[in-house]
Amino acid sequence: MALTQAEVREIGLIARLNLEDGAIEGLQEELNQILTYVEHMQELDLEGVAPTAYSTDFTDSLRDDVRVPSLPREAVLMNAPESKEGAFLVPRIKALGIEDSREDTAGGGS
Amino acid sequence: MSDTQKRLADTLPFMSATEVSALVTSKEVSAREVAHTMLDRIKQLDGDIHAYNEVTPELALAAADNLDKRIAEGATAEELGKLAGAPVAFKDNMNLVGTHTTCSSKMLEGFQSPYDCTAVRRLLDAHTLPLGKLNMDEFAFGSSTETSATGLTHNPWDHKRVPGGSSGGSAAAVSAGMATITLGSDTGGSIRQPAAFTGTVGLKPSYGRVSRYGCVAFASSLDQIGPFSHTVRDSALALGAIAGKDPLDATSMNVPAEDYFASCNQGVEGMRVAVATDLLEQEGLDPRLKKEVLDSAELLAGMGAEVVEITLPSTKYGLPAYYVLGPAEASSNMARFDGIRYGHRAENAEDILDLYMRSRSEGFGDETIRRIMIGTYVLSSGHYDSYYMQAQKVRTVIRDDYKAVFAQADVLLTPSTPVLPFKFGEFADDPTAMYLSDYYTIPVNMAGIAGMSLPTRLIDGLPASVQLVANHFRETDLFRAGAALESSFAFPYDSVPAGQA
Repeated sequence: MALTQAEVREIGLIARLNLEDGAIEGLQEELNQILTYVEHMQELDLEGVAPTAYSTDFTDSLRDDVRVPSLPREAVLMNAPESKEGAFLVPRIKALGIEDSREDTAGGGS
Repeated sequence: MSDTQKRLADTLPFMSATEVSALVTSKEVSAREVAHTMLDRIKQLDGDIHAYNEVTPELALAAADNLDKRIAEGATAEELGKLAGAPVAFKDNMNLVGTHTTCSSKMLEGFQSPYDCTAVRRLLDAHTLPLGKLNMDEFAFGSSTETSATGLTHNPWDHKRVPGGSSGGSAAAVSAGMATITLGSDTGGSIRQPAAFTGTVGLKPSYGRVSRYGCVAFASSLDQIGPFSHTVRDSALALGAIAGKDPLDATSMNVPAEDYFASCNQGVEGMRVAVATDLLEQEGLDPRLKKEVLDSAELLAGMGAEVVEITLPSTKYGLPAYYVLGPAEASSNMARFDGIRYGHRAENAEDILDLYMRSRSEGFGDETIRRIMIGTYVLSSGHYDSYYMQAQKVRTVIRDDYKAVFAQADVLLTPSTPVLPFKFGEFADDPTAMYLSDYYTIPVNMAGIAGMSLPTRLIDGLPASVQLVANHFRETDLFRAGAALESSFAFPYDSVPAGQA
């Protein structure tokens, strides 16, 4: 099942990647190469085989319900591209096509 | 340079951790001298090799002074342990306060470690000296360290060849005598394959043996941290230091570390060693590397082990299943890079979607984008069953195959890689061709068991190797067999051309 260029664009959108027009064809070819290779799996008869998500016999490991210190706020924010007053700054969020008309929203961004 | 300094500069790079700690704790050499000698060597050699993304003289000297002070105050060799004073370094996906953690990606350029990775902290708590952070394939996506955004790492045995990957810097640093022990991470072979290419010992512990807290995730059901070293005994010491339950990583298992160093002296009398006959007939396997496996089996038999022939028919499905599961988990893990909390942020974004899309595309390199795309596709609605679910079932088949092997044997002997180290750009046109270099290592991650690559001999001046595989939490068997083989082969790791006078 070969991927079309439209599908490559669609996956790019889902993955939140801004793919240049010039890159689509190359990616299409490479992704199809990989998917063709992966098809070898289908040779195996896997009828009735249960899937394995974790390789070890993993059991939930719960910690004691005690409060422990978390990272200090400075450490959390020190790598933020933009922050202000102890918070991350993000651009305005347009929801459902309804544009926020206020000029100065919190976290107006760049 | 005094005679003592010169002697140290000549011998230190290829000393074992035990030798270094004996020198330091007996006050024959100070930890500070050890740090200085190694930092000088890095300065002298790393311009050509580029194993390091960042060198940390302040951290190394501070740790050295700390150790020297303890020794001056009367701390004994026994209290300080066999790693005291050993120069170490870390793959650049592991956090250490005071260093950057870039994953060799433009996305994390300038990222400062906000806390310590548990494995890193544990190795440093054994009084080792941190020399810096090591180059890797971008976010560990690759098998040659060529996808790094900080430049190529050269194989110390032949500068025209790759050091393997993704932990190429970790491998090259030990190989060139620019660290005694380094840590890498292994998702599909990223410790064992570069170890094989550089003549070093590389260990991927069992899934759950070592905490991954503070190591940037690639594929969370496969990733495991492990050491590179010149010797099997150093590998044993390093695992002893980093292994064990960590409350900060729920996947680390509550299985106490064992005395791996003692296992190295146990011998192989009565051990059952499996050789997979079908794997040795695999197309693409260099016959010279096949011979290393057969010779290793003979050597072990000569030392009292029993060799059993088995087959592992599921191996050939490991790679295709891995190239579904790895990217699927990676695409999910990589979603955290959004240009908001850390990492590269695109300028003048119109809105939040534009910010996400441009920040990610600008920050990620080609192979990272390729893997995210594959992962997103196989997880997307309508394709999940035919790819992801299918791959999870293949994983069951692989796991059952190994179960059958370990019902009859203690360790399995296979090639580490089908080929000797390749040249730069050799697989530039076909991403799947390079994936084949992880043919023998990937199924081990899929089953969550333990594997070690061990150097054997030089073939045309390039390191050859074998892989030892053991069942879940049976690393002791790897050390028994590994130490026995190491003493038989006596691989000449100190004859590496890089840095020879």
